[in-house]
Amino acid sequence: MPSDGPGRYDLAALLAPTAIARLGAIGVAVAAVAVAFAWTAGWLSPERLTQARMIDAFEVDNGQHAGFRRNHAKGVCLSGWFEGNGAGVKLSKATVFKSGRVPVFGRFALAGGLPMMPDGPNAVRSLALDFSLADGEVWRTGMNAIPVFPVKDPQAFYDQLVAVKPVGTTGKPDPVRIKAFFDANPESARAIAAIKASEFSSGFANAAYNSLNAFRFVDAAGVATAVRWSMVPIDAFAPEPSDTPPDKNYLFDALAARLKQGPAQWQLMLTIGQPGDPTNNATQAWPAGRQTIDVGLLSIVALQSEATGNCRDVNFDPLVLPSGIAPSDDPLLSARSAAYSESFTRRVGEPKTPSAVQAGKGG
Amino acid sequence: MAQRFTLVARLLHWTMAAAILAMLFIGVAMVASLTDYHRLVSIHEPLGLLILVLVALRLVYRLFHPAPPLPRGMPGVLRFAAKASHVLLYALMFALPLVGWGMLSAAGYPIAPTSWLHLPAILPQNDKLYAVLRPTHTVLAFVLFATFLAHFGAALTHALVFRDGVFQTMASWRR
Repeated sequence: MPSDGPGRYDLAALLAPTAIARLGAIGVAVAAVAVAFAWTAGWLSPERLTQARMIDAFEVDNGQHAGFRRNHAKGVCLSGWFEGNGAGVKLSKATVFKSGRVPVFGRFALAGGLPMMPDGPNAVRSLALDFSLADGEVWRTGMNAIPVFPVKDPQAFYDQLVAVKPVGTTGKPDPVRIKAFFDANPESARAIAAIKASEFSSGFANAAYNSLNAFRFVDAAGVATAVRWSMVPIDAFAPEPSDTPPDKNYLFDALAARLKQGPAQWQLMLTIGQPGDPTNNATQAWPAGRQTIDVGLLSIVALQSEATGNCRDVNFDPLVLPSGIAPSDDPLLSARSAAYSESFTRRVGEPKTPSAVQAGKGG
Repeated sequence: MAQRFTLVARLLHWTMAAAILAMLFIGVAMVASLTDYHRLVSIHEPLGLLILVLVALRLVYRLFHPAPPLPRGMPGVLRFAAKASHVLLYALMFALPLVGWGMLSAAGYPIAPTSWLHLPAILPQNDKLYAVLRPTHTVLAFVLFATFLAHFGAALTHALVFRDGVFQTMASWRR
């Protein structure tokens, strides 16, 4: 029976062979928990593909650009509103689809990790949006003006970053590595071919921006539908000019000039997936002829520079979703959420320098 | 037998022990993962809120139901270590969920631990605040894990080496 005798706490008692054996066993038990923790954290498996390694790969390819996003680094803030027409309510209970206007802010950007890159005909335009809903809910989305995404999962994304790493004195990617990547990821070869075959528009305002990833829209009865969405421009399509203008910011400058004439607008079109349409592979387009529904009109009225605007310190995490929109089984969604979070955490703590695009007053 | 913690105190302790240990493992797994990140975040946030609610209940309960006394023969240095580590555990059980809530607020994320529960921001959106709170959350989590290891080792030492009945005050379920 235990007693309150003080002897049990004496050093001599702890040095008895039984006590030492038991203390040793306790040490093993404590160490086992610590090792399990270290394993869970990935500290014992440096080959594991983590958020940090993914963002490190961006930094290797593009160099260090303190304070800027690791991808879609060059951009400008935007503001406007979305006016739902009520047609989306039958697919999703999210209040954004009711008739009415919700404020929107966001960011136009170019894909890639170079914040000072010159605008160019092959730069992929992107549109990130934050819909601030009345009940405190938020919907954030990051869309790209390409028909499909180049990779199917985070490992392929990472392998692509490694494959396109500039090498040696040329500062260009090694074609052998790129070929090896496409051989190992034929779906990426097909996706890149589809992207190259698609015609890029002349600017930001007449580009269509696609969710690329599939989501599940959930209605008031709990019924889920696979959906991909697009922001389809009201401005007429015009192809890229054959001669690239010398202005390094010609795309952004044209956008600012366009907005001086009035809001640029897009229809939010939902594409309804059918059973069998891939929801877990953004490299694959859905078959042509799928039903689409126009659910409202996005109006973008103004741009702001990143330093003074509303978008720089916001993470356009594609899994910040309102009730009524849920992730699909696409592995890229969680990976995007994770990698954006890592990029956000790194850049937020870094010193800031002015962005390439400075939006003029009223622009 | 000797005095022990009340049934409510023991239930709170063991429920929170499981929740906090799970939380620490989920936390380190989450910040390293890509494919499982969202699934883990979807557990981490509501579980953190649950822990915050439970520790608040537990502190209030504890004020009205003090812990059983430590054995009379226990040396002062061990008593101090026991008291100090418990104060630290309580402080961390409050601090981690609050810093987590605060850092999400400072980052401008909606605070929605579940789809049906929306909480207000407890701090203004501020990038510099987030830049301080985010690493603070990690450091405090490591301190909590280290404190847990010490607590776990000390409990086993009471049970197997000192055999002074302290372990049984929390671990005995006999009527």
